[in-house]
Amino acid sequence: MSETVLPPLTERLTPLRWAYKNLFSTWYNALLTIGAGALIFWVLRGVLFWALDTAEWRVVVVNLRLLLLGQFPIAEVWRVWLGLALLALLVGNSLGIWGRKARGAGRVTIGLLVLLAALAIVTRDNPRLWLLGMAGLVGLGWYVGRSAGKAVERVVIAGWIIWPPVFILLLRGLSSASDVLPVVGTNLWGGLLLTLLLTIVGIVFSFPLGVLLALGRRSALPIVRWFSVAYIELIRGVPLITILFMAQLMLPLFLPAGMNIDRVLRAMVAITLFSAAYLAENVRGGLQAIPKGQYEAAYAMGLNGMQAMGLIILPQALRLVIPILVGQFIALFKDTALVSIVGLMDLVGIGKTVLAQPEFLGLQREVYAFISMLYWVLSYAMAYVSQRLEISLGVGER
Amino acid sequence: MASKQHQKTAIPFWRDERTLQLLGQAAFAAVVLFFAYILIQNMVNGLQRQGTTLGLTFLRGTAGFDIAEFSIEYSRSSTYLQAFLVGLLNTLQVSAIGILLSTILGVILGVARLSANVLVRGLAAAYLELMRNLSLLVFLIFWYLAVFLKLPRVAEAVIWPGQIHLTNRGVGLPWGLPTETFETYKLILLAGLVAAAIVAIVLYSIGKRTGKPPLTVLWTLLTFLAVAVVGWFALPAAPLTLDFPSVQGLNMAGGKVVTPEFMALLSGLVLYTAAFIGEVVRAGLQAVSKGQVEAARAIGLTGFQTLRLVVFPQAMRVIVPPLTSQYLNLTKNSSLAIAVGYPDMFYVSNTILNQSGRAVEMIALVMLTYLTFSLVTSAFMNWYNQRTQLVER
Repeated sequence: MSETVLPPLTERLTPLRWAYKNLFSTWYNALLTIGAGALIFWVLRGVLFWALDTAEWRVVVVNLRLLLLGQFPIAEVWRVWLGLALLALLVGNSLGIWGRKARGAGRVTIGLLVLLAALAIVTRDNPRLWLLGMAGLVGLGWYVGRSAGKAVERVVIAGWIIWPPVFILLLRGLSSASDVLPVVGTNLWGGLLLTLLLTIVGIVFSFPLGVLLALGRRSALPIVRWFSVAYIELIRGVPLITILFMAQLMLPLFLPAGMNIDRVLRAMVAITLFSAAYLAENVRGGLQAIPKGQYEAAYAMGLNGMQAMGLIILPQALRLVIPILVGQFIALFKDTALVSIVGLMDLVGIGKTVLAQPEFLGLQREVYAFISMLYWVLSYAMAYVSQRLEISLGVGER
Repeated sequence: MASKQHQKTAIPFWRDERTLQLLGQAAFAAVVLFFAYILIQNMVNGLQRQGTTLGLTFLRGTAGFDIAEFSIEYSRSSTYLQAFLVGLLNTLQVSAIGILLSTILGVILGVARLSANVLVRGLAAAYLELMRNLSLLVFLIFWYLAVFLKLPRVAEAVIWPGQIHLTNRGVGLPWGLPTETFETYKLILLAGLVAAAIVAIVLYSIGKRTGKPPLTVLWTLLTFLAVAVVGWFALPAAPLTLDFPSVQGLNMAGGKVVTPEFMALLSGLVLYTAAFIGEVVRAGLQAVSKGQVEAARAIGLTGFQTLRLVVFPQAMRVIVPPLTSQYLNLTKNSSLAIAVGYPDMFYVSNTILNQSGRAVEMIALVMLTYLTFSLVTSAFMNWYNQRTQLVER
């Protein structure tokens, strides 16, 4: 009885036919094609000429370590590498475990290995060894994840949870007296490292806070609800820069005399508080999309309010809003640039000091083009991975 | 007997949900109030140590600093309050122009993304991908330091057609200079506005009555334009003469010179926001289902009528809410002016704060102002949503 259903007929176009249909179908289409083509040619020619010929990239090459790590002491750079190596192991492991279901995971793994290898080729000495080691760890993690599968799943999830604090502890050090891990003050954290740390801390802390605020906004208790609404609307109504200034200028006033909070920590607090309000609204969107029947079913099974929320509603709601949450995290990453206005030495802040070097005066184009490129590549990578994640989790499907 | 049984089954108060809710809220409120109390107490103590108290009277003090760009009267001897107003007006100015330009560019981008032409579609998509992953602050700084300040000196100005002078001191644009008939012309324009409003109301009510909406927007605009053009030529002398910028020694003279700070902020904000507006427009146009267009054509509407009466109103319902939030974003993002040195509200307030040492008051003032923008916008959005909501069964 079964019949094979043939796919609908598709038109096979010769290149000439395709070009006619897509580019020159009407006279105004032809005009648009010529105009757009000229624009592309003009922009590309200008950019390529500048990037390959005019630009003096030496300023970036010479200051690369400054731009990436700020003034982090050379003797302690191994801590950054160690943290990244642990991350590489986790990433490889996760790709191995969860990659089997996702189509793009293989591509991501290979892309990562190629990237690390390429970086190892252009670097020398210690960085090269570390990069090769990281590539090896990605491969090892992938193999272990692939073969052990479910058995190590819990370990990897735990690893993801403890990685951020471990990384920060590694960077910060244990105590100033200790010989093993002497403290590296946050005033020495800088460059891309600081940007990424602000992002990681922002994400790690604002996510639970945002979920709590979203639950608070939907709570049946009026006082909790009013508080959440007031907080969310207040924060979303003002620009981040005002919150950052508040944290830098007013926070010392709010604290008891003699108590002092480090400037980097203040920025972290400000970014977390800011981002939480936006995340709360995103999570609320997910909560609202869950049909009432889910609550009723959960209660009918005898779960109490907390269990119903934690086991039934939240997992579904969060899965629904993953793309929006990642978009918010990317926005947070891009927004960390604002801490340079309050004087922190993040990527943008360190860029300013690089441009102040008498040797490299007037090379704003090169420095800011490089910084923009870093932001662009990292944001794009986050967006790409999240798209893959969506597909593998089947967001939007049932 | 009955009452005894009732007592038996009654829930004890410590397990009654109502009391538990009340207690929980009381505990929550107590914790929040406790922390608020501690913070405020600390602040009061801190201010006492500094020897100041809270209050807004300091705003009457003399500012004593210069502001590069002002649209109301301002000098060093003006008050802090006037300085703040100058900043506020600058914020509104850059936001208004930015919103206008980014809407135009955004609509073009949104339509381009749906174009049948592969090249145009790809170009718009590439533009969005480029902008979406850039940090706005870096983008603004790039425009300021790497583009507008890198323009040639005034003596070697690049001159674009229409006598537009590009220099590192700013961009010189041709500008209308008012002549003695300008005051009369203003009155004529006002009359034109009134006439246009009357036409709009009349046409709208005709549309309501007959169910055949006339081209209200078109006729309203035409009425205003007709009055403006007739008035221009009816006056004995033209109300405005075109003044072109020119290079005189080390400076530019004539025309209107727009500072590099303003140009950088405006171009950065417009190019960045337009990408997001383009997405909003595209989503709105795509949200109108194909069946709507087909149905409209089936009942005999022409292509233009379909667009005007069926597609456009439905697309607007989807577009307007995210569009207003993009406008609000642009306004809030204009606070990054501090990075390029354009004296907007935040920048001026920061200067006032540094001069007067009034951190709490100034930050509160700035936040309240931005919050007002935001509340006005959400009030508009709620009104609009209510007006255009689908009436469902």
